Amino acid sequence: MFFLTLVMALREVRRNTLRSILTGLGIVIGVAAVILMVNLGQSATAKVTADIRNFGNNMLTVIPGAQRRGVTSEQASLFTREDADAVKKQIPNALHVAPASSRGALVVFGNKNYSTSVQGSTLEFFAIRSLAIGRGRLFTETEIATGVPSCVLGTTVVKELFGAQDPLGAIIRVGKVNCKVIGVLVAKGQSTFGQDQDDFLVMPLVTFQRRLAGSNDVGAIYVSAVSEAVTERVKRQLVDLMRERRHIVPGQADDFSVMDMKEFTATLGTITGALTALLGAIASVSLLVGGIGIMNIMLVSVTERTREIGIRMAIGARAHEVLLQFLVEAVILSTMGGIIGMVLGLGGSYLAANGLGMPFVFDPIILGVAFGFSATVGIAFGYFPARRAARLKPIDALRHE
Amino acid sequence: MSAPLIELRSVSRVYGEGESEVRALDGIDLTITEGQFVSVMGASGSGKSTCMNVIGCLDLPTSGSYFFRGVALEHLDQDKLALFRRHYLGFVFQGFNLLARTNALENVELPLVYRRVGASERRRRALRALHDVGLQGRERHTPAELSGGQQQRVAIARAIVTEPSLLLADEPTGNLDSVKKDEIMTLLANLNKDRGITILMVTHEPDLATYGTRVVTFRDGRILADTSTEAYRASLPPPSAPTSAPGP
Repeated sequence: MFFLTLVMALREVRRNTLRSILTGLGIVIGVAAVILMVNLGQSATAKVTADIRNFGNNMLTVIPGAQRRGVTSEQASLFTREDADAVKKQIPNALHVAPASSRGALVVFGNKNYSTSVQGSTLEFFAIRSLAIGRGRLFTETEIATGVPSCVLGTTVVKELFGAQDPLGAIIRVGKVNCKVIGVLVAKGQSTFGQDQDDFLVMPLVTFQRRLAGSNDVGAIYVSAVSEAVTERVKRQLVDLMRERRHIVPGQADDFSVMDMKEFTATLGTITGALTALLGAIASVSLLVGGIGIMNIMLVSVTERTREIGIRMAIGARAHEVLLQFLVEAVILSTMGGIIGMVLGLGGSYLAANGLGMPFVFDPIILGVAFGFSATVGIAFGYFPARRAARLKPIDALRHE
Repeated sequence: MSAPLIELRSVSRVYGEGESEVRALDGIDLTITEGQFVSVMGASGSGKSTCMNVIGCLDLPTSGSYFFRGVALEHLDQDKLALFRRHYLGFVFQGFNLLARTNALENVELPLVYRRVGASERRRRALRALHDVGLQGRERHTPAELSGGQQQRVAIARAIVTEPSLLLADEPTGNLDSVKKDEIMTLLANLNKDRGITILMVTHEPDLATYGTRVVTFRDGRILADTSTEAYRASLPPPSAPTSAPGP
């Protein structure tokens, strides 16, 4: 009996090609849209998280000035190299500590010049910021300590000053300092927010202080915790240490801030979460529209189907036999549409994620939700008009106009 | 064959209630025995179609009794009535009522599908029925590709493929021209004569009634006359005169 019903339902699907395609299409679009949107939202989240890792995970930054409600308080004194040394000595969970200063400077080579950011720091800076040398070499400890006039360039600076030429060994002018290029960093590309992460150069902190800044101030202290789990504790220890060193009495507010990448990550997570929710909402609308499409097609064909039900019942079909056939028909259409929609949605989000340079995220829950909803709509609107028709007397179903 | 094929006892069918009440059938008594070819005549609204729908269990009587071979049907539920139609009845409608976009063969096979006849047997019987109504070579045509007469032949093939005890035909030639009418009527008369299929045909055209063996005339929900075809033919005015409703 069931096999016969299946055969009849398949025949009906094939016979009413246009109606089948339109019904299936509603489900295909609904399912594909939801999967595509939500997957892309999740891909973006994954991409942002990965970017932050790339920037330097477990990283804490100590900068002068309190940052409360986005307003930097009155002039706060900068740090010194001794502050960084004290952090290194007194906070065992601080794996790397790098004092750093930066400023914008005009860089000149031959007849080309380019404005970029100059970082003066120590070797640990490279470890904390996950910077790797692509060509040439890094500074030696001695070079850092003595402050040689050498520098390591980001790829954007190389491109702007040297074009296709080999920068290694060249002497460039950074501000008023002549500086030898000893290495080029591995490119990091654009950040999630469109910031060029290769547009800077690094020189030893001593060189920066003596020749470029003319002071022994340190603008920021970068610290990386030994693991993500201890970043909170390291942060507290940093605050305590800095308050002590900067002679801040209890009750008085900090005149410095410790920024935590984890907080940043959390904030971004909230933003991308909202983004995913928004995309999901848009997708839900397309799912709804798809559902209404299915509903319309099913309702438009009610007249024809009611007559068909009348014919079948006059010939001797019992109501439940006709209903089972219509139900199977709706299930076939919804399932096929749902599967095609899933394939399109997953394929589309895979291609889009690749194209946008984002990781591809596979979320089975959203597959289930999208599929379940469309299938429910398809089956409900295929089934209920049929049920109403099957409850009519055969003569009323036959005469249905 | 002790009990007649069909026996209606004071069957009424009432539509609406109170002021707007319409008695489409008003206490009909009708007995049809096996092998008869009964033509049901009457103007529109006379109750002839309602009578046929009640006999075909497409509609239910408001009151009265209906016996099929001595078995009372009026208390059966819709499912049992469907099974009754499946096993004993064949329908031919004025509007053909074929499944759209479905070829002739599949339309004719449909009643056999519900009778759980195997695929090869189904095909064999459907092809033979189509051959019997003269549609060999048109098996794969859909209703849209067939003329009105051909569609009605498909419908007749669908009705006789199960070899029903009773064939119910509601204005089977109503949508056809006179040549096609004659073809279809001859086909029905031959089915009655050669296979002994009992036929109940509703028509409002007096000359079509002459193909049968018995003529029942309805007026206002009651049976006005019930005669043999010969007697009916004698009561008709001469062929030259315009034919109107038969006189009492």
